[in-house]
Amino acid sequence: MKSNPGRYWSVACFALAAVVLLPIFSVTWNLTQDSEGVWGHLAETVLGKYISNTLLLALGVGCGTLLVGVLAAWLVTAFSFPGVGFFRWALLLPLAIPSYLMAYAMTDLLQFSGPAQTWLRETTGWSRGDYWFPQVRSLAGAVFILVLCLYPYVYLAATTGFLSLSASVIEASRTLGASSWSRFWRVVLPLARPSIFAGVALVVMETMAEFGAVDYCAVDTFSTGIYRTWMGRGSFVAAAQLSTCLLGAVGLLYLLESRFRKSAKFHHATQRTQPPAPARLKGARAWAAFAACAVPVLGGFLLPVVRFLQLTVEGGDSRTGELFIGLAGNSALVAGVTALVAVVCGLLLTQLRRRAPSSSNLFAVRAAGLGYAIPGGVIAIGVLAPLWWIEGGVNDVTESVLAWGPGLFLSGTIFAVLFGYQVRFLAIPLNVIGAGFERIRSTVDDAARTLGASRLRLLFGVHLPLLRGSLFCAALMVFVDVLKELPATLILRPFNFDTLAVRVYQLASDERLSEASTGALAIILAGLVPVVLLTRVLKPTHADSAPPGKSP
Amino acid sequence: MNRIVLVLSCFLLFVSSSLFAQVVNVYSARHYDTDDEIYSKFEKKTGIKVNLIEGGSGAILERLKREGKRSPADVFITVDAGRLYQAEAAGVFQPVKSALLSKLVPANLRHPDGKWFGLTKRARIFLRSRDRVKEGEITSYEDLVKPRWKGKVLIRSSSNIYNQSLVGSLIAVHGEAGAEKWCRGLVANLARVPQGGDRDQIKAVAAGEGDVAVANSYYFARMLNGTDAEKAAAAKVAVVFPNQGNRGAHVNLSGIGVCANSPNKANAVRFIEYLMGTEAQEVFAAGNNEYPVVKGAGTVAALEAFGSFKEDKVNAAVFGKNNAAAIRIMDRAGWR
Repeated sequence: MKSNPGRYWSVACFALAAVVLLPIFSVTWNLTQDSEGVWGHLAETVLGKYISNTLLLALGVGCGTLLVGVLAAWLVTAFSFPGVGFFRWALLLPLAIPSYLMAYAMTDLLQFSGPAQTWLRETTGWSRGDYWFPQVRSLAGAVFILVLCLYPYVYLAATTGFLSLSASVIEASRTLGASSWSRFWRVVLPLARPSIFAGVALVVMETMAEFGAVDYCAVDTFSTGIYRTWMGRGSFVAAAQLSTCLLGAVGLLYLLESRFRKSAKFHHATQRTQPPAPARLKGARAWAAFAACAVPVLGGFLLPVVRFLQLTVEGGDSRTGELFIGLAGNSALVAGVTALVAVVCGLLLTQLRRRAPSSSNLFAVRAAGLGYAIPGGVIAIGVLAPLWWIEGGVNDVTESVLAWGPGLFLSGTIFAVLFGYQVRFLAIPLNVIGAGFERIRSTVDDAARTLGASRLRLLFGVHLPLLRGSLFCAALMVFVDVLKELPATLILRPFNFDTLAVRVYQLASDERLSEASTGALAIILAGLVPVVLLTRVLKPTHADSAPPGKSP
Repeated sequence: MNRIVLVLSCFLLFVSSSLFAQVVNVYSARHYDTDDEIYSKFEKKTGIKVNLIEGGSGAILERLKREGKRSPADVFITVDAGRLYQAEAAGVFQPVKSALLSKLVPANLRHPDGKWFGLTKRARIFLRSRDRVKEGEITSYEDLVKPRWKGKVLIRSSSNIYNQSLVGSLIAVHGEAGAEKWCRGLVANLARVPQGGDRDQIKAVAAGEGDVAVANSYYFARMLNGTDAEKAAAAKVAVVFPNQGNRGAHVNLSGIGVCANSPNKANAVRFIEYLMGTEAQEVFAAGNNEYPVVKGAGTVAALEAFGSFKEDKVNAAVFGKNNAAAIRIMDRAGWR
């Protein structure tokens, strides 16, 4: 491990992490700047509320997605019941819906003046104060909406975790007389924990950085406070300082997790990743499983899509054809490139962590993913800062030598957008692929090395095939996230560059929900393509590979 | 080698677009489809290509500020006087002397030194319930805090710049202490925790959640031309222009200025002058049901129906300047 090529390799990976860390560092650097008394005012007035709301929101959404995601994943991987083949992929569908659009659709539907309550009043003759109805614009409403939007992250992570469990582990526990529940709690869940934690960590980070949906639900969190401070008071320094606090919270989360599990290793004894055969559910149990899977799909996908369809029919975007071909192309292109690059970078960095799990490497890899927890607008400025610095240097030199400068050749071009997406979304492959690596025993590496396999051979011949599912998951999640991404795109994009999300935002931010709904449907449609592709990865292969007669 | 070629060609592409063609680079926080229509008409008429970046005001301003002397931006368009003030205070505008612009744009709707010019204007009006509030029962912003309206007032969050500017204009009239008292009174009279956009406030009045909503004029005009459900809601409320007996209704604007480091200044001025032409003004204002700033440009039919009204003539720069104080006051008053 101390051979020279290995060292170069480490240095290269470190350099990669450093590049991604630059913007994050440039945000935290603001801690040293003077924020002109903003903190004093915030502490006096709204800071306490920001903190408690953010904690409650993160806790609520974290627990909610954990419950919904893990339950659904366990049901579709371990059992067979009516519709299970459909749910296996349909449960991913809410991924395609941006959370702020979900919030628009839900509040529009459930608020006092919305169709649901209006219908209730008209049929009963009640008026205001005569009845109780859950308030959708509230902390609970925001938790509800975000759980529906974000549970697929946990579902996806848990499913890949469960599917990689080998049948022999399950069968061993079955032979030892464990019931299906105790099997779940005592065998499956602990083994899949790295994957599940990776999913929940992403959800919590996303929740803390979430602005649109939370703001629309009238909940004041750290993230809404960051924008309020920035836009209202024109103080980017204070906003960046508040963002740094969010980073601190995420750091704490990671620390907690590593304390919690201490030195436990979660890979299992065998590398035969043949998943166990599902148990058939009958009667009431089958219907309960059906309902548990149907509700998230209905609420998280069908309901908003139907509402958007209805709005589109009522008064859709008049420039549909003219704009959408170009915009959808732009969106898909940047999303595809970003997903590819992010997965490669994520693989390189997690590789490094696996090969040389020193604390400095671990820190570098963890830190490289922190961009996910910073509100998009703030990280975008963080991304631009080092680019401006480089451009300034280059221009100064060329101007003095050639009397000509290339201008903003990085920050003014598509490069800034692509770089910004890496900084923002690298957390996804880091977490997902990292969890995949944890499921591969280190003895596998040792065996391969002992047999004379080179590092490259180990990667391509052993790791990549075993990581196939994780790599696909990570790519899909990045792709869909880029499709939906808004605040960073808005700041980073070059002249005359529009995406679907930008178009939707321009209409929705101006309260033109009907017109925005057409674009929303286009985003959903574009997001469906990779979701459908992924279903092939999520399909358990036991039916094809298990020898006949062995399955029950 | 390949990489060098790639980088070089990127350079060339970037450089050629800025060196060889006549362009005006627009950073805009305004986005309506009709804006694009005006821009392409300008391109046809002058042969100057309009390059556009649209985005949130604060974010675009931050980019503009930090790009500094190498910024490609020629003009910056933003909505609300508070934001124009922030941009001006950040030093991203340069003064423009244009006899034509001074003649066309009224003095209270442009910066005294020509650092920015109003493009369109909108009034912050009341929408009262036709059933529950009689005509003349509520006539001024000051009325909103009277005990009669306890639990009846609907207004959106104080994070919204329109409310910040409204409070900024109240500071100009009543001073900071008076404005804070007003905010506390308003919070005490709210029908619900501030939530949703301006249209949501109007819909809430129509549905009976409160009796009077505060909203920008164009949101209501748009509802009148909206879906059937919106039209039905709009029919249940009536427009009130506040403070007609004294200083006039609070008027805010969208505006444009030439950027401090504009590489194509002549084009930028030409672009602004074009936007102040009668035709451009009419289309620009109609795109969002706003009032044109230039006298003689026709008003949209929807607004025409509201009738004419008296405007608060305080210069927009004044309540723009009060923005920071307004936010502090609203935080203290507990207006979310």
